[in-house]
Amino acid sequence: MSTSVSSASAGSRADTVDSSDAPLLQVNDLHVEFRTRDGVAKAVNGVDYSVRAGETLAVLGESGSGKSVTAQAIMGILDSPPGHITGGEIIFKGRDLLKLGSEDRRQIRGAQMAMIFQDALSSLNPVHTVGAQLGEMYRVHKGSSRKEATAKAIELMDRVRIPAAKDRVNDYPHQFSGGMRQRIMIAMALALEPDLIIADEPTTALDVTVQAQVMDLLAELQAEYHMGLILITHDLGVVADVADKIAVMYAGRIVETAPVGELYARPAHPYTRGLLDSIPRLDQKGQELYAIKGLPPNLLHIPAGCAFNPRCPRAQEICRQEVPRLFQVTENDGTELAGRGSACFFWKETLNGE
Amino acid sequence: MPDQDKYNEADPLSEAGTGEEEMPSAVESRTFDLGTMEGQSLIKAERLADHPETPAIEDRVVARSLWQDAWRDLRRNPIFIISGLLIIFLVVMAIWPGLFTSTDPLKCDLSKSQQGAESGHPFGFDTQGCDVYSRTVHGARASITVGVCATAGAALTGTVLGGLAGFFGGWLDSVVSRIADIFFGIPILLGGLVFLSVIPSQSIWIVVAFIVVLGWPQLARIGRGAVITAKQQDYVTAARALGAGNARLMLRHILPNAVAPIIVVATIALGTYIALEATLSFLGVGLKPPTVSWGIDISSAADTFRNAPHMLLYPAGALSLTVLAFIMLGDAVRDALDPKLR
Repeated sequence: MSTSVSSASAGSRADTVDSSDAPLLQVNDLHVEFRTRDGVAKAVNGVDYSVRAGETLAVLGESGSGKSVTAQAIMGILDSPPGHITGGEIIFKGRDLLKLGSEDRRQIRGAQMAMIFQDALSSLNPVHTVGAQLGEMYRVHKGSSRKEATAKAIELMDRVRIPAAKDRVNDYPHQFSGGMRQRIMIAMALALEPDLIIADEPTTALDVTVQAQVMDLLAELQAEYHMGLILITHDLGVVADVADKIAVMYAGRIVETAPVGELYARPAHPYTRGLLDSIPRLDQKGQELYAIKGLPPNLLHIPAGCAFNPRCPRAQEICRQEVPRLFQVTENDGTELAGRGSACFFWKETLNGE
Repeated sequence: MPDQDKYNEADPLSEAGTGEEEMPSAVESRTFDLGTMEGQSLIKAERLADHPETPAIEDRVVARSLWQDAWRDLRRNPIFIISGLLIIFLVVMAIWPGLFTSTDPLKCDLSKSQQGAESGHPFGFDTQGCDVYSRTVHGARASITVGVCATAGAALTGTVLGGLAGFFGGWLDSVVSRIADIFFGIPILLGGLVFLSVIPSQSIWIVVAFIVVLGWPQLARIGRGAVITAKQQDYVTAARALGAGNARLMLRHILPNAVAPIIVVATIALGTYIALEATLSFLGVGLKPPTVSWGIDISSAADTFRNAPHMLLYPAGALSLTVLAFIMLGDAVRDALDPKLR
């Protein structure tokens, strides 16, 4: 899968982003921990990010880096216990969601923010037809009649290009292929035209050919409805084509943020560089593929200092003692690079590829 | 969708689309899209790859739900047919005993005590000189009523309590589970002897209530387990993420996925509850005369079994047949709802 992105497509998408208004969603210094039998696992340790209407933020990271937990905290579907939000704020359309009551939050879910899950088969209820499940959105939030809901369900299935929607509305989830099921999940998330969609690895369970279709569909619908999209993934290839900006997470922290093209061209964090170097490339045929050595840290015992230091080729004494904040990344002459940040003491060296 | 058909016809790949051939075509059209960002060619690429699903529509099998599937299985299962016919027969007998006999089971003639069969009285007479055939027919009502009502009560109580405990967890789960454990620990016959012997009124409803009180923990455990399993499924999280409240999650998303094991256990329990009622009546703590019950008849016939075996054999046979029918039904339902257990 190609990881480069044409500047033309990135530019055209950037035009649709409202840069004037306040962000649709702003996460500030979010902390989430899981209190387990073995101790407290700090899954999210101070995450900040923001999404504007019409903008796509890709959250990238390995398993266990806290990307899904952050999303669950935003949606308010964190299993508690064992999960607890211990600090920070989640500002959605000017309101701090963490201060709202559970009923207020329930009404926001689905109607104003929705989520697409990784495994569409297990995320659809096997005992109800897809039409009933799509229609449920209208019945719960809008109080539609059964008949109206079915008509709306067919309309939605047409929107996500499921062939012969009318005939298939009464089919059960298992009768659809993987790609079609993911379309149904997308349709369900889109049903009430929410302002924000969180897609948690929407294409991971799909095969490569279908992945591209589903991502393109998602991007197209997002542009049409002018929604904010948070795309959670560990696939660098998927991100390149769709995202506007990227936040790379490691051990519950954001280690690098950048507009999508720049991140691929000039990473400013050794972890990002490692991720990019471990993509197989045709021009390196026959050579050994680079891998970031070591394992992601145990969240019960996050290393002191920079969490990445035991695996980092650039690690110095300071990395083992101090936690790096997210530094503003600048060109060598000191001009700020908009939207770029790196939580590495040696971002300058990394940026210049030294 | 006329334009879709056009694409299908135009594309040679769609007929024999092996994976290897599809890959480059999809990738090609994709890279093309990246440059132009036009929706039109996107749609084309999607329809090509999704094509295999399109033609299936005309001759597609009609969609069936779990219950439709189960019903289809049941209809073909001889055990279900036999037990079903038997149960229909027994239920009709319980509701309208007059269809089978016009003899009053309580009108007895001591002069015929323990006599064998004669015309009009095919099963003979018991010690009191009552007609055994008529008593066997009328005894169905007590057994079926106790069985059905006790099962319904225990299933309802068990599902509600176990389901709530499983869904909410925490202290509610602890409280319900411990109470269930306490009732589970009471041996049912010993409990029956103790409780029922101190209650003066021996109406049928006392026996039903007793069985419900001691029977619900079994169904609560099954229900709690099933609800916990269903609760952890992604579709429940998904429904919650799309704004479903607790009541909707429980009734619409969890209950339909958790109810199958409860139905199976309840059907089998029905047979054992009927046997339990007969046992309690046999021991003299269940139903009491003048209620007509197989258990009472078996009890009074047991002493004179060697002199007049017919007094015991007919009500005992009817009881065995009824219990067997319900347990067979439970087996058939289990096979249909969970084919993996077979």
